[in-house]
Amino acid sequence: MSAVIEAHDHHDHKPTGIGRWLFSTNHKDIGTMYLWFSFIMFFIGGAMALVIRAELFQPGLQFVEPEFFNQMTTLHGLIMVFGVIMPGFVGLANWMVPMMIGAPDMALPRMNNWSFWLLPGAFGILIASLVMSMMGMGSAPNFGWTFYAPLSTTYGPDSTDYFIFSVHMMGLSSIMGAINIIATIMNLRAPGMTYMKMPIFVWTWFITAYLLIAVMPVLAGVVTMMLTDRNFGTSFFDAAGGGDPVLFQHIFWFFGHPEVYIMILPAFGVISQIVPTFARKKIFGYSSMVYATASIAFLSFIVWAHHMFTTGMPVEAELFFMYATMLIAIPTGVKVFNWVSTMWRGSMTFETPMLFAIAFIFLFTIGGFTGLMMCITPADFQYHDTYFIVAHFHYVLATGAAFSIMAAVYFWLPKWTGNMYDETLGKIHFWLTTISANVLFFPMHFVGLAGMPRRIPDYSLQFAEFNQMASVGAFIFGFSQLIFLYVVIKCIRGGEKATEQVWEGADGLEWTLPSPPPFHSFTTPPQVK
Amino acid sequence: MNPNTSGEIDNKKIITRLLFAVVAMFGFGFALVPLYDVFCDITGINGKTGDQITLSETMKVDTSREIKVEFVASLNAEMPWEFRPVQKSVRVHPGEPTRIDYVAINKTDNRIIGQAVPSVAPGLAAQYFQKTECFCFTEQILEAKEQKIMPVIFVVDPGISEDINEITLSYTFFIKPGSEVISENVQEPPKTHYNN
Repeated sequence: MSAVIEAHDHHDHKPTGIGRWLFSTNHKDIGTMYLWFSFIMFFIGGAMALVIRAELFQPGLQFVEPEFFNQMTTLHGLIMVFGVIMPGFVGLANWMVPMMIGAPDMALPRMNNWSFWLLPGAFGILIASLVMSMMGMGSAPNFGWTFYAPLSTTYGPDSTDYFIFSVHMMGLSSIMGAINIIATIMNLRAPGMTYMKMPIFVWTWFITAYLLIAVMPVLAGVVTMMLTDRNFGTSFFDAAGGGDPVLFQHIFWFFGHPEVYIMILPAFGVISQIVPTFARKKIFGYSSMVYATASIAFLSFIVWAHHMFTTGMPVEAELFFMYATMLIAIPTGVKVFNWVSTMWRGSMTFETPMLFAIAFIFLFTIGGFTGLMMCITPADFQYHDTYFIVAHFHYVLATGAAFSIMAAVYFWLPKWTGNMYDETLGKIHFWLTTISANVLFFPMHFVGLAGMPRRIPDYSLQFAEFNQMASVGAFIFGFSQLIFLYVVIKCIRGGEKATEQVWEGADGLEWTLPSPPPFHSFTTPPQVK
Repeated sequence: MNPNTSGEIDNKKIITRLLFAVVAMFGFGFALVPLYDVFCDITGINGKTGDQITLSETMKVDTSREIKVEFVASLNAEMPWEFRPVQKSVRVHPGEPTRIDYVAINKTDNRIIGQAVPSVAPGLAAQYFQKTECFCFTEQILEAKEQKIMPVIFVVDPGISEDINEITLSYTFFIKPGSEVISENVQEPPKTHYNN
């Protein structure tokens, strides 16, 4: 097979200049653009988080007006969810899925281009509303990333319409990306690559893509209802016209809960690639991993109202959503135990990707446990809308999803660039990030349990110490990411040459390609035994 | 399936199916709106009261118990009327039709159309709280400076749970968008908010 690849190396022509990126139909280039987009958004969303943490360093109002604080929490959430985590994973899928299944490219390369180039437009509009707000023209969206009606309809600022259009574009981008990934996986697998031989990362993305197809249109629907409520006299969420604001929450969370699995299933996939590599063993319980992923995806559709326990649901509904939510712990537990069993008696080494993967398993599990606490309805009445919730979803999204993306970048960077990254700097980045993330997010559990509400710029005096700890952690966490940026740039510019396999224990089609892989890979499909 | 050979044709089939799924899910989002209403209607949750009923069937009056029904009136932020129940509460036997009155006063110089939206607490009582006559079934028109007595005739179904001894009926009056007919002396409507 390597003879085939070398033959293609020689006429490896790629377009040059800006056109290479603007008109790209190459999965590797589009993957790279997605990843850089995600990285840039990570710094923008992170800067907003630092504004929030700076304001919360002390009780009272220090730096920003409450109105601006609300815009920060809203845009931080929207950017991190739709601009960092989701494009980050789509970038990884673009790069890795075709190489892992032995495909020459994505099935729909031109649509791939369009999916990506919608994103800068979508976020350009969203961020433009913030820029206008800072120049004194109106307010950026200020109703929280969950944009509950009537806060976002009757009381939303004028920029809400920008926000709606931006969400439509993001949805379109995600749906096209998902169709592309499904078509690629179904049609372009190399001969012999049966479904149950696909790497777990491909499997998790396959299932995630179906989740995207199922719920992104619902999100598009709910923002369309907002649009007509705001501008065309309908009353979906307006009680004055016979509508119901609680309906908004039902539709939003029907999208929103599968959405949280959209953000974590690919992370499970990444970890399932990394752990076997550095434990030098095959993954433990391959088929149970696949079935667990599918079960989580199914369950995600029947638990949405656990976000709404305090809206006055009848007790029967509360019990149903409570038990259904608890069920999710079972397939998730299967995964965690499988990762641990994969490591068991493996000959493990602890390079940066493995460190991030292990930190992911540990910290994501903490987030999972607080999730179990919150699914208990009577207990949730205490946790609802407090910093406990903030702590929970940052453990699963920041030290969960974001850590897995960092792990993935360290893991595949030598493959992408052909150079090894600086292991010492990688380890420094890892330890600073992991320690500061816990200094940042762990105290939030305590202030949350004590009753500190989320999305409020001021707080009672007794919460001051834990908030100061969190703010210190936040600034260390934020600035540590500059090390990450430096490591990535340094690796792109040069370094020790990486071999084809890169990691001693690496196994799979992508590791049979040279590092960096040629612009067009697997133009003749490899044979999988 | 033989991957890599018939890719083009297979792609079309997959795209068609997936696009169909996308359109169907977009429709499903909107279908949730009536589904939600139907669900709340059947289960009687959400405090939504039913439509007008006629007392054709002879409902047995259960004199063995008494339920306190309280009345609440509120106004949506933009509604310039005054609105209150004439009596704050009554005690009724289940099955016994009762008439109470609300009063609304349009203190402005403009003709205003309003719509009242009822709500019953506790939510589980909503499906047992039936109204034969209510000003909430239709739009209410008040001329400038007009005052109007608005009756509600209701009956509490004797099937209501033993645990419920108090029911609160609340109305919120909303201004019908674009209904305000401004007469010659244009002026800001007085912001009188009268709750209860």
